[in-house]
Amino acid sequence: MISRGRKPSSELPLPMKALVHIRLKPGVLDPQGAAIGRALTQLGFEGVGEVRQGKLIELELADTDRAAATASVQAMCAQLLANPVIETYAITIEE
Amino acid sequence: MEPEQAEARLTVRAGVITFPGSNCDRDAAVALAAAGASVTELWHADTELPRLDLIVLPGGFSYGDYLRCGAIAARAPIMAEVVRRAEAGVAVLGICNGFQVLTELGLVPGGLIRNAGLKFICAPVELAVATRRSIFTAGYGTEQPITLPIAHHDGNYVCPADKLARLEDEDRIAFRYVANPNGSTGAIAGVLGPGRNVLGLMPHPERACDPRTGGTDGCLMFQSLIGALG
Repeated sequence: MISRGRKPSSELPLPMKALVHIRLKPGVLDPQGAAIGRALTQLGFEGVGEVRQGKLIELELADTDRAAATASVQAMCAQLLANPVIETYAITIEE
Repeated sequence: MEPEQAEARLTVRAGVITFPGSNCDRDAAVALAAAGASVTELWHADTELPRLDLIVLPGGFSYGDYLRCGAIAARAPIMAEVVRRAEAGVAVLGICNGFQVLTELGLVPGGLIRNAGLKFICAPVELAVATRRSIFTAGYGTEQPITLPIAHHDGNYVCPADKLARLEDEDRIAFRYVANPNGSTGAIAGVLGPGRNVLGLMPHPERACDPRTGGTDGCLMFQSLIGALG
């Protein structure tokens, strides 16, 4: 069961937190990562190889069960958070 | 009664959906009306659609491009019905941000990421009409390139090799850039869905419908559509 409502700000933090790391798939060229790499080189940082930029989404969850939390975040990734055509994702659950 | 019914049958009913952040919805409505369609303005939060022959997803920055361009719009309340109509054969045209929405819906394959040169590009570009086998492109000649404006930051078309091969085999690439401006795979500017009734394209035909403002090469697409659907 996915809770649709956001908690009011006065409440205590929800018991679980999910971190969703979203990256471009390995085969997809990343122009933003390449620009970051060039800027680092320009600043004098040596030995930096390919740079790739992703995003991190943090979610508070009302779930108390890890497996249920993982399943619900997986469903969120499939339906909205990631685009499987161009992106991959990894979920970390924190209590 | 009879002449009225005959006329009603011939008038193409087009709907243009406005999302928060759409900015080409009015231009699309004007271009469609000029081509002879009866145009209904639709709102993203609606859940029902009137009878329509054509649905247009306009350009803009729906939902501020949050998460991914087109991602939130693709999950808007109206979209379940749009997908149902598209699958039933209703013509759907997604322009620029609308193309991004179509990829997010899976109605056309592939995805659109940041331009290879990182810059927002606003310029007229030459396009080769890669197939005339569609209601969108039947009005174009294939020999001469056409010129339409582009205005996007995320128009770099990415498509897995297997899906690209299928697009080529099925003659579903509608437009290619003559000089690739954004790094798109195969210089692809527009693709058709599997039923050929859905077109997603980054260039803006609705901004090229008046000789005083950007040429008239976009008119042919709307005329072609109205001719085919009427």
